[in-house]
Amino acid sequence: MEKNNAKAWLYLLPAILFLGVFMVYPLIDVFIYSFEEGYNSASQTYFGIGTYNYSYVLHDPYFLQAVKNTFILVVITVPLSTGLALLISVGLSSIKKLRNLFQTVYFLPYVTNTLAVGLVFMVLFKKTAYTDGLANLILSIFNAGPIDFIDGPYWAKMFVLCFYTVWVVMPFKILILTSALASVNQDYYNAARVDGTSRFRMFYKITLPMISPMLFYLVITGFIGAFKAYSDAVALFGTNLNAAEMNTIVGYVYDMLYGDSGGYPSYASAAAILLFAIVLTITTINLLVSRKHVHY
Amino acid sequence: MKVILQNLTKTFPARGKKASADVTAVDNFSFEIPDGKLIGLLGPSGCGKSTTLSLICGLQKPTSGKIFFGEDDVTDLPPENRGVGMVFQNYALYPHLTVLGNITFPLENLRGKDKMSREQMNAKAKEVAALVQIENLLDRKPSELSGGQQQRVAIARALVKMPRVLLLDEPLSNLDARLRLQTREEIRRIQNETGITTVFVTHDQDEAMSISDMIVVMKSGVVQQIGAPQAVYNDPANLFVAKFLGTPPINVFDGTVRDGTLYIGDAAVLSAPGIKDGEVTVGVRPEGFIPDGNGALVCRQNRVEVMGRDVSVIASHPACRTESGVIRAIISAESDISAVADTVSFSLKPNKVFLFDREMEERIPCKLS
Amino acid sequence: MDNKQTYEVIERRARRRTTVRNVIVYLFLGLWALMVLFPFYWMVLTSFKDYGSYNAEYIPKFYTLSPTLQNYADAFTTVDLAQYFLNTLIFTVITTALMLVVIIPAAFAFARLNFRGKNLLFTLFLALMMIPNELVIITNYTTVTNLDLRNTFAGLILPSVASVFYLYLLKENFAQIPDELYYAAKVDGTSDLRYLWKVMMPICRPTIVTVTILKVIECWNSYVWPRLVTDDPAYYLVSNGIQEIRENGFGRENIPAMMAAVVVISVPLVVLFLLFRKKIMAGVARGGTKG
Repeated sequence: MEKNNAKAWLYLLPAILFLGVFMVYPLIDVFIYSFEEGYNSASQTYFGIGTYNYSYVLHDPYFLQAVKNTFILVVITVPLSTGLALLISVGLSSIKKLRNLFQTVYFLPYVTNTLAVGLVFMVLFKKTAYTDGLANLILSIFNAGPIDFIDGPYWAKMFVLCFYTVWVVMPFKILILTSALASVNQDYYNAARVDGTSRFRMFYKITLPMISPMLFYLVITGFIGAFKAYSDAVALFGTNLNAAEMNTIVGYVYDMLYGDSGGYPSYASAAAILLFAIVLTITTINLLVSRKHVHY
Repeated sequence: MKVILQNLTKTFPARGKKASADVTAVDNFSFEIPDGKLIGLLGPSGCGKSTTLSLICGLQKPTSGKIFFGEDDVTDLPPENRGVGMVFQNYALYPHLTVLGNITFPLENLRGKDKMSREQMNAKAKEVAALVQIENLLDRKPSELSGGQQQRVAIARALVKMPRVLLLDEPLSNLDARLRLQTREEIRRIQNETGITTVFVTHDQDEAMSISDMIVVMKSGVVQQIGAPQAVYNDPANLFVAKFLGTPPINVFDGTVRDGTLYIGDAAVLSAPGIKDGEVTVGVRPEGFIPDGNGALVCRQNRVEVMGRDVSVIASHPACRTESGVIRAIISAESDISAVADTVSFSLKPNKVFLFDREMEERIPCKLS
Repeated sequence: MDNKQTYEVIERRARRRTTVRNVIVYLFLGLWALMVLFPFYWMVLTSFKDYGSYNAEYIPKFYTLSPTLQNYADAFTTVDLAQYFLNTLIFTVITTALMLVVIIPAAFAFARLNFRGKNLLFTLFLALMMIPNELVIITNYTTVTNLDLRNTFAGLILPSVASVFYLYLLKENFAQIPDELYYAAKVDGTSDLRYLWKVMMPICRPTIVTVTILKVIECWNSYVWPRLVTDDPAYYLVSNGIQEIRENGFGRENIPAMMAAVVVISVPLVVLFLLFRKKIMAGVARGGTKG
């Protein structure tokens, strides 16, 4: 086929321009930033090149808090949401009546504004002078509480954050798993039934291996997504996450860039690159593990 | 194990919003399958043969009617308690398990006193693998096997727990022509060696005729005829069965009976004593034509196809109602027939000619000569 | 006879087990449906509660006997909700439109045209998919600040346009169209642009619709970038508006008015979802992630 170089590049020009200016250049720049010590955004000058930014970030108690929060969030929400989504999807695929209705309902959180619904969660869990809030009403049935989940103890806040995160990520996982389950040929189950396979064994020996690629896909994207958690936390605890002890790594990056403690793009860059390194490492580990366990 | 189907009926509720009639997939099916026989369920797609198989298997429950295995009423029994083995059309081999894993899978389900040790299972699997001749493939994954090999694995998996009844759903449809011939012999051999009552479903009459002890011809959920393949071929109960069996298919003519004589067009072809006068449909098997210079049936000769052992004469006749519009006669290669002639005359073999009611398409019993 | 009895036992047990399982499954699914719907119910309910009576409920009530629309009036008058709405609409429409204008020709070039360096360039594009937004947002923030584009639509929109993933989706779809169609069109003297417009885009309409819907959802809910580059409420999007309301608006305690604002903001996407339920779910299953 003939080569139409000029024309092709013309078609590509807008994309290259946009990606070049807003992705490639920033990508290179962020590394440079992260090594420029003492950068001043007003005068755009710096003192020298080095790893001081990294060492500052790594010794910043706020950053360490953010890392701790993020890891707790990841470790709790990824397995929990994936497992729960698997249960729900299996339940969904075993029924006929009301199935469409359930599916539609379950998907709703995906199309709602994280910030907006987060506000509702805050109202549900918050204890104010006027009311203990609905969550505490339920707790009181069990003779517990009242606890302020929004401004109260650390673990209570972490609970709400995890709860809301799971609520937000469920639609995507349920959707992916239900379509993965639906794509398993019904004949496998028929064959297994004829052979007298128990329900549990069918699930463990047929369903799980068959959907394992999708399951690992969800775990990997789940890890990546949870490591980048931010707006859920903002929705629940407000923009001053450091004060609430609920900051995440991404939140730390933005705080360093902008806001009350902002104006330090170098620190922000270093923190962002550290985050990238963490995510990359975890994803690589995930992929190595999955290669061992995912069949075909 | 004898299998008895008693007035078996299965209806599916009408689909969609517009209330249409329920679909009857199987209609009042009664049949006693003798022990140790190979039975072919035969019919065009959508005739209810696969549904019948599902009912025997227990994957679907009949709307009414009963199923017995021997003396046991299994109508409401779930499939796992029936002791059936099933081979699915696409084989349904678990892709993540090896051939050995697939074959031992049913054995691993056994609980209680039937529970087997790993050695017993492997021994059993090897035994069945030897029966279907796949001993050397046990470590492979299904994706590394050819279609024919996958088929054998599926049969082995169905046989390994020594089912009372073996069911095969379109066992040959996913194989190429050469493998199909080979595999159907194989199924026959395996069935002979094990003596397990076997029911298989097919839309290919060749397949059913060649290996079945008995065939069941179905159409729109209704059984048309049951019998030994040759008997059904020689003595079809109605026009549908006559048309469905035999390659090339039967030739169909509009005919008339007048004064004990059968006419096709104006030609008096055979005498039909005791038949009352009127319009009939005449079916003539391709091998029922004898080229005969004095034959009554004069046709326009289109062409002659030489096929080695025998010769096909393609001809046309105004009364011919075959879907292709032409008559195909198969005659011995020794026959003296001119390839360039414009017309050809036939006389007919009486036992290869069937009369059917014009309206009902039921066979009119008679002795032609 | 003995056999018959055991069979009956097996049948009965199987039937009972199925019933029990169904009850458990429906209970479980219903419970999660409740979990999902309850926040929505609470938000609508609260938005109709009178400010005074809401604050008087020490134990929250699950219903209200005197619904009021006052909160909705407050939501539009006390804070500039209409303005946030308009801003979000402008932002969403222009960003999505620009994205299509950028990625469709690029996808066409990758799928259809032959040029030197195509494979290398495409690999580079794919590599960009792995780059998290957090990494590039820092420089973009500086760039936009330096160009004096803070608190402008240009500053909001331009960095949000490029989307490698959607470009990739579209390119894959374009590539599935058989070459013969292109050659036939060439023989008939059709220009590339006309072929793209008249043949490829109609054939790939489902994918284009999917990409559009996903981008609209993404734009409507975007929070981080708008927050960085706008501090003038005249340019707030709904997400920032919500945050602003939470921190300052209505006095911090007027929860019913806040909920009214939340309802107003959530409604458009929920309606969009209910209208295009199948398309959206299929689209997300093919290529969406949240966040």
